[in-house]
Amino acid sequence: MAQRTIEIIVGLFMVAGLAALLVLALQVSGLSPKAAESTYTLYANFNDTGGLTPRGKVSMAGVTVGTIESISLDKETFQARVKMSIHSEVDNIPADSSAVIRTSGLLGEQYIDISVGGDMESLQAGDTFYSTQSAMNLERLISNFASGK
Amino acid sequence: MLDRIASLGRLGLDIVASLGRSGRFLAGVLSGVPRPVTGFPLLVKQIYAVGVLSLAIVVVSGLFIGMVLGLQGYTILSDYGSEAAIGQMIALTLVRELGPVVTALLFAGRAGSALTAEIGLMKATEQLSSMEMMGVDPLRRVIAPRLWAGFIAMPILALIFSVVGIWGGMLVGVEWLGVFEGSFWGNMQSSVDFVDDVMNGFIKSVVFGFVCAWIAVFQGYDCVPTSAGISSATTKTVVYSSLAVLGLDFVLTAVMFGDF
Repeated sequence: MAQRTIEIIVGLFMVAGLAALLVLALQVSGLSPKAAESTYTLYANFNDTGGLTPRGKVSMAGVTVGTIESISLDKETFQARVKMSIHSEVDNIPADSSAVIRTSGLLGEQYIDISVGGDMESLQAGDTFYSTQSAMNLERLISNFASGK
Repeated sequence: MLDRIASLGRLGLDIVASLGRSGRFLAGVLSGVPRPVTGFPLLVKQIYAVGVLSLAIVVVSGLFIGMVLGLQGYTILSDYGSEAAIGQMIALTLVRELGPVVTALLFAGRAGSALTAEIGLMKATEQLSSMEMMGVDPLRRVIAPRLWAGFIAMPILALIFSVVGIWGGMLVGVEWLGVFEGSFWGNMQSSVDFVDDVMNGFIKSVVFGFVCAWIAVFQGYDCVPTSAGISSATTKTVVYSSLAVLGLDFVLTAVMFGDF
């Protein structure tokens, strides 16, 4: 076969490989080619974060408004301190809103849901949620029920 | 008794010597990177032989493996009423494991054995030594293009395998068994991460491609130059490549996905 034909076929082969990588990126892993969104940071302290993990989602009314950056232990209070980055277009979260750890479905992964309060003031970058609600622990719930508390 | 121990010792020495030879061989090949102008046509020709001609078997196996995953996944998941999770199951299985591993096994059988036989026959018919006589370095002229071709073609084949497999799974899951298409893709996109899953699978396929191509060309270059020697070298290529791929897969998976 002529060298040129082979080169064209190999070129098509490479293009097919690139196209496959694009399909895997866009269609399969849902990577959208958007620039890094500008965000601001909020904190929340929890008694028990359960199975919450970094890169988990933060949502309001079921809509994702941010991600969990990191989870660390506050050595003063022995609470977990969760750092969240919230999209900057959502800049009017009322100051008395509370952060609640919820589970998607019965066995799904855990995420933070912001239940909206009624305050006129809104949370600024670097603020900490005043009220939080820790993860529901199914085993503790059952053992409390069994021991009649 | 002493003879037995001596033969055991000889076996050990042979293994160590062969490992050393393959290391020196690899160093020789890699230092002889194909020259951009004269080496490029050789490289293209080898990518055609190694990659494009393996496309048929890779696409067909990918399609059927994806379809089987769809059927098996549906059977199990429908017991729990969560057929929609079939998308993420198929995608994660293919992208993380089956794509790189099965493609590497097919690649060793389809392309690796051919490379070994070709180079082995060149050695047996003294083409390699006559090249040296003419002042052409066979490592650079014959071996290096084949090694690089395997290294380049294998990740591309693995990507195509994964995509075709996911498409096959969609054919079975969505078109035939009636899983809702939106939740099929939505579940998949929410659970597959580009860097953690797709790129790690890609790195695996790069490693497998390198190892398979290395084993194939070394076995051909190092074979006993008789017909029996070529046949045993071809067998060794397939056996060693498969074992290396499966063993390395465990190590890479432990490093990439293990939590420690």
